Amino acid sequence: MAQAMQAEKKWWSGGKSPFNVEYGKLMMWYFLMSDAFTFGAFLISYGTIRFSSNAWPDPNHVFASFPGLGSTHLPLVFVSLMTFILIMSSVTMVLAVGAGHAKDKKKVMFYMFLTILGGIAFLSCQAWEWTHLHEEGAWWGRNPFLNYDGTQSSTNFTNFFFTITGFHGFHVFSGVIINIIMLIMTWKDVFEKKGHYLMIEKAGLYWHFVDLVWVFVFTCFYLF
Amino acid sequence: MENAHSATSHNEEHSFDTKAIWRTFWVLLAITCVELTVGMFIAPRYPHHIKIWFNVLYIFLTAAKAFYIIAEFMHLRHEIKNLIMTIAVPALLFLWFLGAFLWDGNSYKNLRNNYDRNHLEQSKQKVEEKEPGKPAQKPGALD
Repeated sequence: MAQAMQAEKKWWSGGKSPFNVEYGKLMMWYFLMSDAFTFGAFLISYGTIRFSSNAWPDPNHVFASFPGLGSTHLPLVFVSLMTFILIMSSVTMVLAVGAGHAKDKKKVMFYMFLTILGGIAFLSCQAWEWTHLHEEGAWWGRNPFLNYDGTQSSTNFTNFFFTITGFHGFHVFSGVIINIIMLIMTWKDVFEKKGHYLMIEKAGLYWHFVDLVWVFVFTCFYLF
Repeated sequence: MENAHSATSHNEEHSFDTKAIWRTFWVLLAITCVELTVGMFIAPRYPHHIKIWFNVLYIFLTAAKAFYIIAEFMHLRHEIKNLIMTIAVPALLFLWFLGAFLWDGNSYKNLRNNYDRNHLEQSKQKVEEKEPGKPAQKPGALD
């Protein structure tokens, strides 16, 4: 019965919020839409260039290293560790949002702390990977890798790789800063006084978006 | 801030489902493991022209992961239909975006190979493998 009433609710007839979320949260969604199109434009231009090339480097060959182990026979192990870290920090972020619903300040702080740690761990991994690739001679405008068929590769590969993972890494970095600010605000009882932890949810949306983008970056650069 | 208050009280009606989050986590982890297994062990055993079919598989798996992150972690599935639509409908633009641009890239490749034979021959010339760790190209060198 209650459900049927819900369905008949006239959301657009005035007097209520048609999206049934707080203004800031809706605006965060719209911001993320615009950001999604920015990332989309980057990735699709990468795809267009790749489709217009006769050959391309093999990711299994390029990304085959792991810290301390040198070149392994298991390519992609390091990047799967990075993926795992990011998914894991997404989980702790949701748990922080959940603790916010329960107005449990200590738990919110604990999970925000874990999320920040995850973000920093991811950034460290990326810093290592960039350093390693740089030592191998890869950078913007420089590409030491050959195509999968042994032909000469252009610098498109490294240019796109560093630009897109760099742009994503910059988002992770901003996310970590935002999460640190949220942690401090929680600690200072800002949300306790407001009576709700909706800011944590908005920061959470941003953080999940960063994870979402990584899913696509991962597929486009490491699997294709 | 009236909105904020009504939104909070609305959210409090649902108890927070920690189980669903961990289930989503395991689904994401499982899909990633499948992708990695295929990428590391299965795909390299097949000739290169088959790779496009593995790519189709990756696209489906990636879309599944994206769905779970948006629906569960970002909670969109549990919002009202109006909000879901204001996000999902504009996102459909990506279908055109992808199709049009990849088609364009492919067409450019074919035209170039057809009308610029020199480019085609050059792109078929093999380079002997250099020592790993040493740049095969000088900084700033283009194809």
